[in-house]
Amino acid sequence: MIDPNKVQLTDDGRLKHFLSTEGLSRELLTEILDTADSFISTQERAVKTVPLLRGKTVVNLFFENSTRTRSTFELAAKRLSADILNLDIARSATSKGETLMDTLWNLEAMYSDMFVVRHSDSGAAHFIAEHVTPNVAIINAGDGRHAHPTQAMLDMLTIRRHKESIEGKVVAIVGDILHSRVARCQIHALRTLGAAEVRVIGPGTLLPADIDSLGAVPYYDMKSGLADCDVVIMLRLQKERMQNALLPSEGEFFKLYGLTEEKLTYAKPDAIVMHPGPINRGVEIESAVADGSHSVILNQVSYGIAVRMAVMAMAMSGQQTLANSEEPAR
Amino acid sequence: MRYLHIANARVLDPATQTDSVTDVFVADGRIIALGHRPSAGEIETEIDASGQWLLPGLIDLGGHLPEPGYSQKGSITSETEAAARGGFTHICSLPDTKPVADTSAVVKLILEKAARAGFSRVLPLGAMTQGLAGEQLASMFTLAEAGAVAMSNARQPIRNSYVLRRLMEYAATYDIPLFLCANDLSLSDGGCMHEGPVATRMGLPGIPATAETIALAQILLLVEQTGVRAHISQISCRRSISMLQQARENGLRVTADTPLANLLYTHDAVTGYNSLFNVAPPLRSERDREALLAAVQAGELAISSNHRPHEIAAKKAPFSDAESGMSQYDAFLPNAMSLVQRGELTAEQLIRALTAVPASVLNLEHGLREGADFNAVLFDPESEHTLTATDIASGGRNHPLLNQSIQGKVTHVFLEGRRIH
Amino acid sequence: MNLPDIEHITQELAGQVTELIEQRQLDNPLLVGIRTGGVWVAERLNDTLNSQDEVATLDISFYRDDFTRHGLHPKVQGSELPESIEDRHIILVDDVIMSGRTIRAAMNELFDYGRPASITLVCLLDIGRRELPIQPDLCGATLALNDGQLVKLTGPRPLVLTLA
Repeated sequence: MIDPNKVQLTDDGRLKHFLSTEGLSRELLTEILDTADSFISTQERAVKTVPLLRGKTVVNLFFENSTRTRSTFELAAKRLSADILNLDIARSATSKGETLMDTLWNLEAMYSDMFVVRHSDSGAAHFIAEHVTPNVAIINAGDGRHAHPTQAMLDMLTIRRHKESIEGKVVAIVGDILHSRVARCQIHALRTLGAAEVRVIGPGTLLPADIDSLGAVPYYDMKSGLADCDVVIMLRLQKERMQNALLPSEGEFFKLYGLTEEKLTYAKPDAIVMHPGPINRGVEIESAVADGSHSVILNQVSYGIAVRMAVMAMAMSGQQTLANSEEPAR
Repeated sequence: MRYLHIANARVLDPATQTDSVTDVFVADGRIIALGHRPSAGEIETEIDASGQWLLPGLIDLGGHLPEPGYSQKGSITSETEAAARGGFTHICSLPDTKPVADTSAVVKLILEKAARAGFSRVLPLGAMTQGLAGEQLASMFTLAEAGAVAMSNARQPIRNSYVLRRLMEYAATYDIPLFLCANDLSLSDGGCMHEGPVATRMGLPGIPATAETIALAQILLLVEQTGVRAHISQISCRRSISMLQQARENGLRVTADTPLANLLYTHDAVTGYNSLFNVAPPLRSERDREALLAAVQAGELAISSNHRPHEIAAKKAPFSDAESGMSQYDAFLPNAMSLVQRGELTAEQLIRALTAVPASVLNLEHGLREGADFNAVLFDPESEHTLTATDIASGGRNHPLLNQSIQGKVTHVFLEGRRIH
Repeated sequence: MNLPDIEHITQELAGQVTELIEQRQLDNPLLVGIRTGGVWVAERLNDTLNSQDEVATLDISFYRDDFTRHGLHPKVQGSELPESIEDRHIILVDDVIMSGRTIRAAMNELFDYGRPASITLVCLLDIGRRELPIQPDLCGATLALNDGQLVKLTGPRPLVLTLA
């Protein structure tokens, strides 16, 4: 069996690609958060750019549209002084693997140093990492239902900055866990970083089979699920779930799982509320909560840049030292 | 009369309950004597098979031939040569070629090309519906006349219970056997691996066991009603095994097979997104695998190849985008024998599931008896070698053992006395 | 080789810095130490100067010109500078000056925070081997090392110098 971490780590355990939070050590996840913390300080300066990746080329390779995510990666790359190329490749253009490989070969010919990949197939980032020439770092910006590790890490950073530590916290993730790549990555990261309990709350149709095998405890109602929670993470509900016989209506979902001020009282009084955005107000969360004192949703956005800068710098660093170790000693 | 003398081989044939070092004498394509020299004639060729096993030729109840239609994946010649190397004397070809094997022309083309190639004998499965679309009955009688041994719809769905009922009734009229895959598309559609903890962790859409068992229940009830001769292809779930047992207890004569891959691997193999393990039916849980092994041990389940060759590009894609299927014919017998080495099956159980059980499904005469056709395999269990790309006859490059060390080697394969490998 | 007494040199250097501040009439100077050794030295100097300001720290990890060769330092702690360094007189402190590349990176970073009125460079030890045209304004001691030899400062209290 192939160890999935072989792909994303160097032999000495440093980050080479960033594909998933699964299997990464507590030390490495903490290092990402620490590095992101120091980038937050550079983001508060007059000049927000650091020259770390000067002369490097980063390609935003988006097989699935997402202006928001692409923009944050673009800004992160620019603040590291990298050159950035945005490629939006409509899904229809790459119907099969051959075309994906062709795309990769073309990009390699441009001497790119890093691909930020967004793709609707789970495992697409792994696939690209395995097939790309050496010394090109792959950052997973979301693959199917599998992983969206930078989003999960910015959520970890948000929790750490608002709650001191993740250790010992009770965290609930609410909504469409089945289709959520963010939730999977959050569960792995929260478990590794020492959260006391990770809960997933939603109807049976939106909780995947065997979710407990990931170390998350399923709950089907908000009252018991939110009891004693320090952190409440709401997920975005996609409209198409209604058509696939997964949910009867937005109204019934909101009645059962929509986060209202009343439901929030089930959690700890100082609980924070998070949402990866964009928010469907009145579907998964009411405005009073989204804009209320418990909400840290806007902070999440600004931490996103710092986290992406951190993993980009770390992955490039892992690649660079790899390349260097292949050269004769100076 | 001049004959072939195979000396000192361990003859292992569950059909005749033989397991002993016995000399075998072959002339005119038949076994003329076992254990003693024939009264007349002289030796033409002698093979000293010391240390080797002589088995009946393997019979495959379902493999995919890429011809006609998919020349980038191989040809009838390349795949039948691969099958011969793997120990098969007979292979049933699934009808999902392009064009589909729903006309006598396609069936005859397959038979002619296979005969000209001169390797394993192909027993074509005809399409049970036109274009495998699951709606209009194919001309089953004509296909059977042209040489199709049974009818199949590959893994394509039959539109509804009405059509399934009618095609069973029609086939039953002419005693044409049906090879049915139990696959409820409304439950399996979009899935690319077994639904379970591995799929959840990897974020891959799953195929629940009920996609197979619900379809199987429908098939079994209609078989009971129509009395058609039915064989269930490519069973993968534990629950299916008990459903089949119950059906047989109720007097239904229904047989089944499982692909070798489902005995060798579980869904854990998918960890790491290795697209080689994107197969249909999907690799399921360890409990499922154990139940399939138990059914093989009990002699209730045949083992099929589910061979499906692919070119490199078909597999070089993210897991769910890769084409499903695994190339199995090359080194099939050594690969299957690893179950014996692991102690999960006895050699006798394995060989029965690859010879006697499929032969009875197809009503083929078989067995290493005096007077019988000499369809046999010589297998050297001690040989060890690495399977490299140049050792592979198949046009497919998706073989699970490629560049791996394998134990055991098929040294000779005979079809009606003629050496085909 | 006899290594100099670091505690002693530090005291002497503090006196020289005080003199220099008076001589150049540096009003409200800001001591900026380069992580990690430079911060220790700057804190010692600050004790003697009786400054009201805390020592500012500069982490040049994001500015190194050898990133492509050595990668990111695993424990980047970040810089801690006051709200503004605009028009401040900066006394930049490092423990050991060698190639001059660290100082160049530090000055690049300082200018990303604002435009200081002046920068004065103070180093505890100068071990030569310069690769850039950068010289300290004040230096505690000069050491001539053999090829391949390096020095390492451990601290913060006491400051100890060892050969590496």
